[in-house]
Amino acid sequence: MIEQLAIFSENKPGRLERITGALAEASVNIRAMHVASLGDMGVVKMVVDRPEQAYEALAGHGTVRKVPALGVRVPDRPGALHEVTVVLSRAGVNIENASGFPISDREAVLILEVADVPAAERLLREAGFRMVDAAVFPVSQGF
Amino acid sequence: MASGELYDPKEKIGRAELAELQLERLRWTVAQAAQSPFYGKRLEELGLGPDAIQTREDLRRFPLTEKQHLRDSYPYGLLAVPKDRVVRLHHSSGTTGMAIAVLHTSGDVERWADLVARCLHMAGLRTGDVFQNMMSYGLFTGGLGLHYGAEKLGAFVIPIGAGNSRRQIEFMRIFGTAAIHIIPSYAMALLGTFEEMGVDPRALPLRFAVGGAEPYSEGMRARLQEGWDISFYNCYGLSEMCGPGVAFECPEQQGLHVWEDAYFAELLDPETGEPVADGETGELVLTSLTREAMPLIRYRTRDVTSFVTDACPCGRTHRRLSRIQGRTDDMFIVKGVNVFPLQIERVLMSMPQVGTNYLIVIDRHGYADRLTVRVELTAEAFLGDLEQLQSLRESIADALRREILVRPRVELVEPGTIPRQEGKAVRVMDERKD
Repeated sequence: MIEQLAIFSENKPGRLERITGALAEASVNIRAMHVASLGDMGVVKMVVDRPEQAYEALAGHGTVRKVPALGVRVPDRPGALHEVTVVLSRAGVNIENASGFPISDREAVLILEVADVPAAERLLREAGFRMVDAAVFPVSQGF
Repeated sequence: MASGELYDPKEKIGRAELAELQLERLRWTVAQAAQSPFYGKRLEELGLGPDAIQTREDLRRFPLTEKQHLRDSYPYGLLAVPKDRVVRLHHSSGTTGMAIAVLHTSGDVERWADLVARCLHMAGLRTGDVFQNMMSYGLFTGGLGLHYGAEKLGAFVIPIGAGNSRRQIEFMRIFGTAAIHIIPSYAMALLGTFEEMGVDPRALPLRFAVGGAEPYSEGMRARLQEGWDISFYNCYGLSEMCGPGVAFECPEQQGLHVWEDAYFAELLDPETGEPVADGETGELVLTSLTREAMPLIRYRTRDVTSFVTDACPCGRTHRRLSRIQGRTDDMFIVKGVNVFPLQIERVLMSMPQVGTNYLIVIDRHGYADRLTVRVELTAEAFLGDLEQLQSLRESIADALRREILVRPRVELVEPGTIPRQEGKAVRVMDERKD
């Protein structure tokens, strides 16, 4: 399980800069980022290497919340995502939000938000998938 | 009736005769008001009765009546007749604690209709003319008020109500509408519908419009008159004083004649409560002169205006009010509905997901008023997803609509981003230019 950070942000110039500035100052590395907006407001979601420090740094700059998510390691090849969704859909798990990013030439990480993260994680482990842990999301390992 | 004739000879009553009539009616009103629980107690405590009025100036011995008194006395505290004589209720949009009830006997309804008929006749409406009332009906006084007045005059009245632009234009064409009653911003928007439908308003037999329910500038009136190619007349009223028909423009369009045989008008300095000098601006304070069910003595309208001092070329002797220049409280009018910031505050206070610091912004989107309520999301209320914020925003907008009858846009902003105000908070930003 990983902890994503969700930050409430008004959709106007300078807002994102404030967030990235606070994280840079706290030496937090952003691994993945996704912005969803609806008119004048938005939610910025991030996967970072050090969620606790990032949370502390952002709490002083806005409205932030830790959102648990699955971090699934998948080979970077056709059909890989499908294998994950098959496992989840057969178990009746609904994916509420999803994003992903490659971490090497061969491998990618899928970030999935579901209602019951621990249960979904068990299912995927049983199916043979490897998970990314929030506490260890080190850049140095390079996945 | 030929144009130029008066609906009521009292429109040109001599000032001395008017003074006599007002004095007599002021004394009657004080006696009548004393029948209500509110004034009965108040006047007894002060030892004031009809005999306290020997000249019209003696009215100044009476304290002012505030809107809060009407709220506190809701619903029957100001009723001066037995309840079974009431035939009509009008009501403000506010809910418990903010609401006011305005009650009428059949005589009140009759006299109100007569005043409105006088207004419409002055603007040129005659028996048989088609009058299309494009104002909301119901508790709001703009709909029924003009409806009864136009019927009283013998006009052919279409109670079409608000909205449905294509149908409005169809009706104007089919029935040959001569006059309309319309919210000015809606009149502006309808010009676009005319164009879409390929109908030229100039080709219709329309003669004039009554612009009601919201203030609008001279600049906007000029644009409306040009676009529609008809006269737009200003109408003033408030539900506490029946509704529309308190004051109305004559074809000179230089101020609104306030019907002084029905309302005693004073202009006071809102700070000192003293009358302002002739031609100076002040708060309009009205005393009803002919109302049975709910007479009001020295009621603070909160509207700021001045008297036009010279005689009107039309020959009517009732003094004219200049345009309403502002308010002495924080009430604002949006889409024709009166709103107090306190109503919005009460709704926001009841929602733990948002803070208590808020800003109300009113601007124009196209020609329509747009109301935006900007409020800070609390850190605790944020669950991390956009859908939640969207549904919160919808539920705030719905709750506000239930209270103020207008559905605002709601903007959720980050905590601490709405500037805190020292002392009296500036909650309302009115950015409407016209």
